[in-house]
Amino acid sequence: MNTDIIPFIRKESLHILRDKRTLLIVLLQPAVMLLLFGFAISTEVNDVRVAAVAPHRTAGVTEAVNRVAHNPNFTFYGYIQQNEIDDVLRRGDVTAVVVFADDYDRAVMQAAQGYAVNPPIQIVVDASNTNIAGTASVYLQNILLGTASAQSLFETRLLYNPQMKSAYNFVPGIMGVIFMLVCAMMTSVSIVREKEVGTMEVLLVSPVRPTKIILAKMIPYFVISCVTLAIILLISRFVLDIPMSGGIGGIVFVSLIYLALALALGLLISTFARTQIAAWMVSAVVMLMPMIMLSGMLFPIENLPLVLQPLTCAVPARWYISAMRKMMIEGLPVGAAMTELAVLCFMLLAVLGFALKKFNDKLE
Amino acid sequence: MDVIEINRLSKRYGQVRALDEVSLSVGRGELFGLIGPDGAGKTTLFRLLTTLISPDSGAATVEGLDIVHGYRRIRELVGYMPGRFSLYPDLTVEENLNFFAALFGTHVQDAYDLVAPIYRQIEPFKNRRAGKLSGGMKQKLALSCALIHRPSVLFLDEPTTGVDAVSRSEFWDMLAGLKAKDITMLVSTPYMDEAQRCDRIALCNEGRILGIDTPAGIVSRFDSRLYAVSAGNMFTLLQATRTFEGVDACYPFGSTHHIVAGGNFDAAALDGHLKADGLQDVRIAPCMPTIEDVFIKLMQR
Repeated sequence: MNTDIIPFIRKESLHILRDKRTLLIVLLQPAVMLLLFGFAISTEVNDVRVAAVAPHRTAGVTEAVNRVAHNPNFTFYGYIQQNEIDDVLRRGDVTAVVVFADDYDRAVMQAAQGYAVNPPIQIVVDASNTNIAGTASVYLQNILLGTASAQSLFETRLLYNPQMKSAYNFVPGIMGVIFMLVCAMMTSVSIVREKEVGTMEVLLVSPVRPTKIILAKMIPYFVISCVTLAIILLISRFVLDIPMSGGIGGIVFVSLIYLALALALGLLISTFARTQIAAWMVSAVVMLMPMIMLSGMLFPIENLPLVLQPLTCAVPARWYISAMRKMMIEGLPVGAAMTELAVLCFMLLAVLGFALKKFNDKLE
Repeated sequence: MDVIEINRLSKRYGQVRALDEVSLSVGRGELFGLIGPDGAGKTTLFRLLTTLISPDSGAATVEGLDIVHGYRRIRELVGYMPGRFSLYPDLTVEENLNFFAALFGTHVQDAYDLVAPIYRQIEPFKNRRAGKLSGGMKQKLALSCALIHRPSVLFLDEPTTGVDAVSRSEFWDMLAGLKAKDITMLVSTPYMDEAQRCDRIALCNEGRILGIDTPAGIVSRFDSRLYAVSAGNMFTLLQATRTFEGVDACYPFGSTHHIVAGGNFDAAALDGHLKADGLQDVRIAPCMPTIEDVFIKLMQR
């Protein structure tokens, strides 16, 4: 069995190698996606335009405004009048306006001495983009609090990703998606292609057991996925500077389990789908959408409606992404991701068993 | 015991009876033809015999093996060439052949004496992708692949559909060569003229078999007189002839219309009637029935 499977693997590899366009996409896509999310697309807030309203430009006010103006996240628009606030915000000239009180200097001084005072600063933010509004107002508060030299009761320390780089957040998510795309989608499409072209009829009317044909189909895609995994890990480490201090062995091991699970899912899809289009659709709608929405890749699972939260447990990418966050970003060893690993292993056995049982060696 | 034995085999898809209590048997070394139009149930019969689908009722054996219980053994013994081109278009001729040899756990050399007369014709193109071959060459490659494991029974589902006339004739010559090597063959075709090249044929229509015999035997079943008629305006001719007394049936056949004559048919009277109707160049002559005439007659019963 082991020796005569080689012609089948060779045949499958030829299919892949002759389809140069797909091969190129499969190998380039991870790198492009990683670099896009790592550099071009970011959820950090930059270049927020801010105006100030100050009845008296005292030393305290000037100092506070300078701090804002010199911060790389903000651009200072200029001083405006109280009655202009609405206009500049409406026109989109600025995103936020800082309004200083008449007695700003005195209030700051009293606050520093421990007196309770009315807030001497008001921040008016254009909240039409909630993401920017939230982040900008927090940034502004931090900067202005420093000026007011009021002692904050809290000190915040950002662990694991102190610069809040969005790449750190995206890499595990991208890995979860790419492996599903390559393994599940491509295997299911390639198996269904045999049905559609009619070669499956000839394959079935032969002494070879279908499991062997299927296994031979999976191996080249598994190899491609391993190359992809290597590309992703190299870019993550050397271009995006992700620490991965938890040990590369654990990361690779959990990834291999996830790859196998994705292959098994592809096989399962191929047992239902009759045409290549259907296989694509099932992969995209039934797998890709829930994966992006419910895996915690884009939206934190805790923020999802309560009804949806239990559903996320059925999404393999959720467990994989969670394990990758622990090992790649937090730098924990594989032991910290045992729950995720156990769930992935269980899913692998269940899906593979079901798919092989469902795989028919007849046409109907 | 015959190589293929089919006993009241039925298969339905939803409401459609694809195959309705079909029985037939094929002896060793026989070249047996299934003749019938699309939808006659030919492909369904092939899929049942090659164990790709299971019957609803009835039974069949191939080489003495039951198609339901012995399907794994059957798959080792038979060669199958499905109706549509079913090789890998992105692999070369040689790669396809090697792959199918591997599929049956054999090597091209082991069956070369059997495959060579066919394969030699496409060997000059062995590095060409199978998808880029002409229709005739594709059929030759598919036949080579189906023969690579020396099957004792060969199932060929419409092997000549979509192939030019010369290649079709060549293909039947190859089948004759395989028959000489004692391979049992079941071939389906929608072309009546190809039926002549079979040992025996079964005429099928809408899931039923209308008759089984040798081609000559089938033709001899035609028990009416047959005339070929032609005129300047063939359409008016058809209508005028159909309503004429003594004409059992009249249908277009090639460049003429065939008339199935009843007992009281008078060719001279028809000639006069047609000329009186203003038809030009009227010609009426007795002719020999073909398999197609038998088929049309059986279908109308």
